[in-house]
Parts: sequence; structure tokens; C-alpha cells
Amino acid sequence: MLTSLIGIIASSGGAAGSGAYESIASATGTGSSGTITFSSIPSTYTSLQIRYQMFTSVAGNALRIRFNGDTGTNYTQHYLYGDGSTVTAGGLTSQSFIAAGSNANGPSSTSPVVGIIDIHDYSSTTRNKTLRDFSGVDQNGAGDANLNSGLWMSTAAITSIECYTGSSNWTTSTVFALYGIKGA
Amino acid sequence: MPATYENIATTTLGSAAATITFSSINSGYTDLRLVLTGTNATLDATLRMQFNSDTGTNYSITELYGDGTTATTTRSSNQTRIQCGFNTLSTTVPSLVIVDLFSYSGSTYKTCLITTSQDRNGSGNVYRTVGLYRSTSAINSILLFPTSGTFAIGTIATLYGILRA
Repeated sequence: MLTSLIGIIASSGGAAGSGAYESIASATGTGSSGTITFSSIPSTYTSLQIRYQMFTSVAGNALRIRFNGDTGTNYTQHYLYGDGSTVTAGGLTSQSFIAAGSNANGPSSTSPVVGIIDIHDYSSTTRNKTLRDFSGVDQNGAGDANLNSGLWMSTAAITSIECYTGSSNWTTSTVFALYGIKGA
Repeated sequence: MPATYENIATTTLGSAAATITFSSINSGYTDLRLVLTGTNATLDATLRMQFNSDTGTNYSITELYGDGTTATTTRSSNQTRIQCGFNTLSTTVPSLVIVDLFSYSGSTYKTCLITTSQDRNGSGNVYRTVGLYRSTSAINSILLFPTSGTFAIGTIATLYGILRA
């Protein structure tokens, strides 16, 4: 389900000052869609970063990431997480998305999953693309801290990023923000 | 595109201090990032954090960490503060603590991600912590304090604001 297509928008209230860390675009959940897509991403940065706070209409749902609308089994990942009792590590191959956010619990109705995704060298046309995700949730009695790495086996420059949840919608308290980091 | 990631305030200790406080935090950003590097008068003091002077049992954490030998996860509920790692601060080797606080001025509960890094040439640990503050109030102050001793001279804490488009 792709009901929210977010192009690159300029901020009218952006922070002043200069720096190598720029806000490219952001989107909030609508309550009626489980997909947020950043499209037309410029290739002028060295790295991208996504910061997110997510709530889903069905508690416990995860975050899934795809690039350039590629639904093929071109994604792999590794994960390491702790849920307060057990540390778990594993890997997945031939996936049709990269799972991020909470590996064990997902958001509750009051406690969000938050995370930071870094994507380096995203505009390369000769190398595959790797991301890392540090994320987690705490629900005062449940929760998990997560480290995820993901690989998209494509040499195409990343021009769009789809952030979606499996079988529910992003609530209106959900925020995804895309930033670009410049090289020297 | 608008540049963001602004330095809101920096504290560099010229004398030992029991606490470091960032107050009157502007609500005009989306997220906050706090970066602390420092030492302490007492070995193995643990860094702790409170928001809005709230000393109630409104905090909880889930941790994932490794100490060079074992990977471990723990949880602490109904706490009076958020703990940033454990035995966080050395007397000589600066530790690095980074706190990302999401939607700090929103009306939902507040969640933060904490990265605590320390290596002492033979010991050390790395922590990844998720902290929850069960309050719907905007966060306008952050208090940092060690479990014992005082932050040493030269300890630096910087608060950044990150704004989304």
C-alpha cells in the first residue's frame, strides 16, 4: 500500500546556521496509511540519515525498508538485540526488505519505537548499499535494544526510500525525517 | 536544503561539579542530541539523567551491552532516573556518552537512545540503551549526575537541536 508519496520539500521554518547536516524532508503518519516514501532524493550528499519515532495502529508491528521500489529478494541483513532477558543475533538472506526498528516488541499504544538509520555512499553507481540501524523501544516492563545492518544488493543510486509497516498504519504521532550529510 | 543540528549549549567544567543541567530548552526542534565526554572524581561512577526535575518513578530502560567477554541485556522498570551505561565514568580515561532524545516537545511519552562507550586499555564496555520517560510534557530541562563523586574538570557536555523539514 503506497498512499503517501513525499517529495523533497523545503522547510519554511528551518534552523538557521550552516553545517554539513541538512534536513531534506520529513513526513508524519496519517493514520490511514502504512507507508511513507521519500522520493527524488538528491545525489549531492555523502550519507543519508533517517531519524524516526513510530507508532502503529496495531501494536507490535515492525519497520521495513526498501529502496527505489525494489520488491525483489535483493536484501540481506544481520541483527543483534537484547530484550532484557536474552541477547539474540542472527542473519537473513534473500529478503524483499530490510527489517529495522524493534526486533522483539514493536511499539505499544503509548511507547514508540525510535531509531536512527545511516546509509553511507547511497549515490554510488558501482557499489552495493549498506545501512545500519540503532533502534529500540521501552514499555516499562518490556522492550528491546537493537542493532541492525542491512544490505541492498544493487549498484543503482538510491533515489527513493520506502518506510512501511507490515499490516497496519502509521499513526499521527509517527515521524520520519530524512537528513543529508555532506562530505568535505 | 536547510542546515540543522545546532549547538544549543555547551558546558565545559572549569571546576568539579556534582551535576550538569541544561535548562530552558527551546521547544523549537524535533529531536535533541546530548554528547558528554568526561571523567569523575570517583572510579566507576554511573551516569544518570532526569528530565524536568522529575524525581518520580517515571523512567525505565532496556539495555544491550558487552564488556569484552559477554553480551548481556537487562531491564529496569519504574526507576527514578535513566541510567546511562554502568560504571560509566573513570577517573582518568574519558567516556563518551551520546543521548538521542526523540520528539522531546511532543505530547507522547519520551523515548531516548543512549550510546555509552568506554575503553580503559584492558577493561571497558559498550552499551546501547533505550530509555523511556513516561510523561507527556515537553522536556525543557535535562539533569546529568553521577552516582558518586563529581564530574571532573574538563568534562564537556553539549546539547544539540535537530530540526526536521
